[in-house]
Amino acid sequence: MFRIFVAVSALFFSGTVHAKTPDPENWEAVVAEAKGETVYFYAWGGETRINAYINWAAGEVKERFGVTLKQVKVADTANVVSKIVAEKAAGRDENGTVDLVWINGENFVSLKEADLLLGHPWATKLPNYRFVDEEGKPTVKTDFTVPTDGLEAPWGMAKLVFFYDIARLQSPPKSMPALLEWAMDNPGRFTYPQPPDFLGSTFLKQALYELAPDPQVLMQPADDETFSRQTQPLFVFLDELHPLLWRQGRAFPQNYGTMRRLLADSEVDISFAFNPADASSAISAHELPDTVRSYVPEAGSIANSHFLAIPFNANAKAGAMVVADFLMSPEAQARKQDPNVWGDPTVLDVAALPEEDRARFDALDLGVATLPPEKLGLALPEPHASWMERLETEWARRYGAGQ
Amino acid sequence: MGAALRSRPIIPARPKLDRPRSRLIAFPITVLALLVLPVAAGLLGAALPAFGYLPVLGLEDFSLKPFVALLGAPGIGVSLALSLCAGLCTTTLAFLVVTGFVAAWHGTRVFRALRRLIAPLLAAPHAAAAFGLAFLIAPSGLLMRALSPWASGFDRPPDWLIVHDPAGLTMTAGLVVKEIPFLFLMALAALPQVEAEPRLKMARALGYGRVAAFLFAVLPPLYAQLRLPIFAIIAYACSVVDVALILGPTTPAPLAVRILEWQADPDLSLRSLAAAGALAQFVIAFLAISLWLALEWLVARIGAKLTTSGRRFRRDGFLRQLTGVTMSLSAGLVFAGLATLALWSIAGFWAFPDVWPNALTLDTWRHLGASLSRPLDNALLIAALSSFLAVVLALGALEYEARTGGTVTTRALVTLYLPLLVPQIAFLFGLDMLLVALRFDGRLLAVILAHLVFVFPYVLLSLSQPWQALDPRYALIARSLGRGADAIFWKIRLPMLARAIATATALGFAVSISLYLPTLLIGAGRWPTVTTEAVALSSGGDRRITAATALVQACLPFFAFTLAALLPALLFRRRAAMRAGG
Repeated sequence: MFRIFVAVSALFFSGTVHAKTPDPENWEAVVAEAKGETVYFYAWGGETRINAYINWAAGEVKERFGVTLKQVKVADTANVVSKIVAEKAAGRDENGTVDLVWINGENFVSLKEADLLLGHPWATKLPNYRFVDEEGKPTVKTDFTVPTDGLEAPWGMAKLVFFYDIARLQSPPKSMPALLEWAMDNPGRFTYPQPPDFLGSTFLKQALYELAPDPQVLMQPADDETFSRQTQPLFVFLDELHPLLWRQGRAFPQNYGTMRRLLADSEVDISFAFNPADASSAISAHELPDTVRSYVPEAGSIANSHFLAIPFNANAKAGAMVVADFLMSPEAQARKQDPNVWGDPTVLDVAALPEEDRARFDALDLGVATLPPEKLGLALPEPHASWMERLETEWARRYGAGQ
Repeated sequence: MGAALRSRPIIPARPKLDRPRSRLIAFPITVLALLVLPVAAGLLGAALPAFGYLPVLGLEDFSLKPFVALLGAPGIGVSLALSLCAGLCTTTLAFLVVTGFVAAWHGTRVFRALRRLIAPLLAAPHAAAAFGLAFLIAPSGLLMRALSPWASGFDRPPDWLIVHDPAGLTMTAGLVVKEIPFLFLMALAALPQVEAEPRLKMARALGYGRVAAFLFAVLPPLYAQLRLPIFAIIAYACSVVDVALILGPTTPAPLAVRILEWQADPDLSLRSLAAAGALAQFVIAFLAISLWLALEWLVARIGAKLTTSGRRFRRDGFLRQLTGVTMSLSAGLVFAGLATLALWSIAGFWAFPDVWPNALTLDTWRHLGASLSRPLDNALLIAALSSFLAVVLALGALEYEARTGGTVTTRALVTLYLPLLVPQIAFLFGLDMLLVALRFDGRLLAVILAHLVFVFPYVLLSLSQPWQALDPRYALIARSLGRGADAIFWKIRLPMLARAIATATALGFAVSISLYLPTLLIGAGRWPTVTTEAVALSSGGDRRITAATALVQACLPFFAFTLAALLPALLFRRRAAMRAGG
């Protein structure tokens, strides 16, 4: 009986000791606490380049801060959400298995709304956050129009960019109406990933922005009336486009990986990605021919950011903060932007960086198929998350069940 | 082996023994204790949200709303039909090809040749075989490249809907070529137990053709042994996810894929829809098995009529050719697919319609090599321990029954097949919750336990039929010679079942190697294996990576199956009569 009592109280006390959340405003204390911790970083593992970059970061944080960083490679961030939900349901409020997770958009919104994230604004208090470009890159503060409230640390930028092979196509269509016209002359040469794949959904959002009577409305939550009015031209467009798609729209590629493959095999003439440097990286990995180039629609294109978040019950919170801060540092961000490493655009305001750090970015060769930042066009904001949900549901109803 | 022993009646009478107690009862009890709780937790975790109960997400009222939502999901009828058809068509085709081939070629050189090919065929994971098939037969695949443009006239891939066809034909084909080796293996393990040779000789002597002799005289007892594996194939093909993702229709997809999508949706309220789908999946598997039983009844009736009709079916040359060709074709497709994967794994840029890549490079393997050594160790450790444990437990439970003369516990063990009928993702949520609550997840032991939940049914499946078919009179003779129960187990049953035991171990090993979600979720990411790496890496869609990781994944089970094929022969090389069958 006594032993059980001891065991239970040990459990209780060890719980309370860890329950003190590290405060990034007292950074030295965070770094001190982090030393010796092991951070399990759940991150999508589908790209060897990205895994290698995280591996590099692991070596750096080990050397500089004594933090052991372990990437848990997942195929789908939803699996991580499942794990956190299961832990919450089982009452494990401490010593969770996930310390840091690579996340954005709807997964973030879900975790935030279910109170499954570390519940105070830690990210904006990280030392390196002062270099983040809040003005020029407003999406670092709002994830799918939902304020991040400092619950996730910006890690990289994404922007929708289209690719084509100049060996087969000279002047690609730069708007949705032009795309439809082009598809009439070239049936079977275009497609997009099946929503709710995030890239497929992004294509729908892009088309919605270009075709909606009043794109401003998209920033507000959708209701039945605004939704049907704003999306009416979109669905007219899709109804016309689908028979002209690859496989007559009777099958869709699953994700971006398949899109890249279709372009490489010349099954389609146009592909697109959410990373402006993607084609350059893919060329160096032998995945695309070196005649591929990129362009952005005349109206601009959808842009957003991706982030790092700490779950509510993370075991190594201080270590996770140290890692997130390091990944936000000019040095780590510059390396990440190098297309030979990864090619993911920085969240920092490069112009405002100290001379030495700015030089790191200036020295980068962005690659043959990457547009320079000034040619990337207008960054369109993500519509309010409610539009996405409705769009996906409506798409599944109209096109997801066969014709 | 004595000739007298061979002339036993077709249906052996189980000797009536009084039911002595045995301390071996520890085995079935351990199995039930170790596995029933996880299975129950998994099933509850899958079922409760289907009725609207998932408190952590604020769902606390029991209702049927998730089912209403499920029935309202667009294209759900087609999804359900696709799953049901995939299950039944795959099983029917695989069964026809395997029995046809075994009937027509049993005891020939061709038969022995294909028997030797079975290890690599079985070892290739379903996903690898599916990718291989896709890279081969897609409009931009290797076959079309070989024909273009000189024969086909295409300088770009034609816009043909072969892979992902709406009726799921390619998906079914992909499943069939992988289930054929599995069923063939099960038949090979069972053949020695049904004493095919004397039966065949008798039927041939009565003037029946080769195929007819097999179908009338050997198939009935053989089929009795194949029944459980067949149910497993039905359940698997109904609920398969990876093959369906790679080859299956997308508008709409089969049910299991849609469940996965709902479960993976960032909108957490869809979890209850996914749970309702999981129960529907369960019903579909059940329905498919019932339909199969109805079919079985019908065929048995027709068979009985034919058997007594007096016809001898001597002219079966065409049937022999047909079964030989289909069997070789199906094996050939898998091998050609694997070869295509091997080529992709060393390819530089490879444009259509080139038959050969621009350049060959080891980049892919170099990238992988560094990151795979620990996952390789983990996979080996987990698979070896879980398959060994499963075989020991299964043998213990079976031996307990042999000594006590009952079948009660094995009937209870049937409940352990339930996890195979429920989609893994839905099942694992409850299991994970249990282990998290016990503060047990993330440990090696927890991962092995979770693997055991999936490995044990397959091991028991492949062991129990050969075990029960072993002639009980061997034991009686040993007993009359004064040997005790332990000696009978170690000296008679174990050696005589060596092949079946080796096969079961290899199968358990292969199942363990292939598990992705249990390893990731229950292992909390602490125990990366080749499969967790492979699945994560191939989510990027790069064909080179996909190909290389699929080949790595195939290697471990390949060695296991090769070992399983060689070991019994080596152990008993002085006892030629043990090399039964084939």
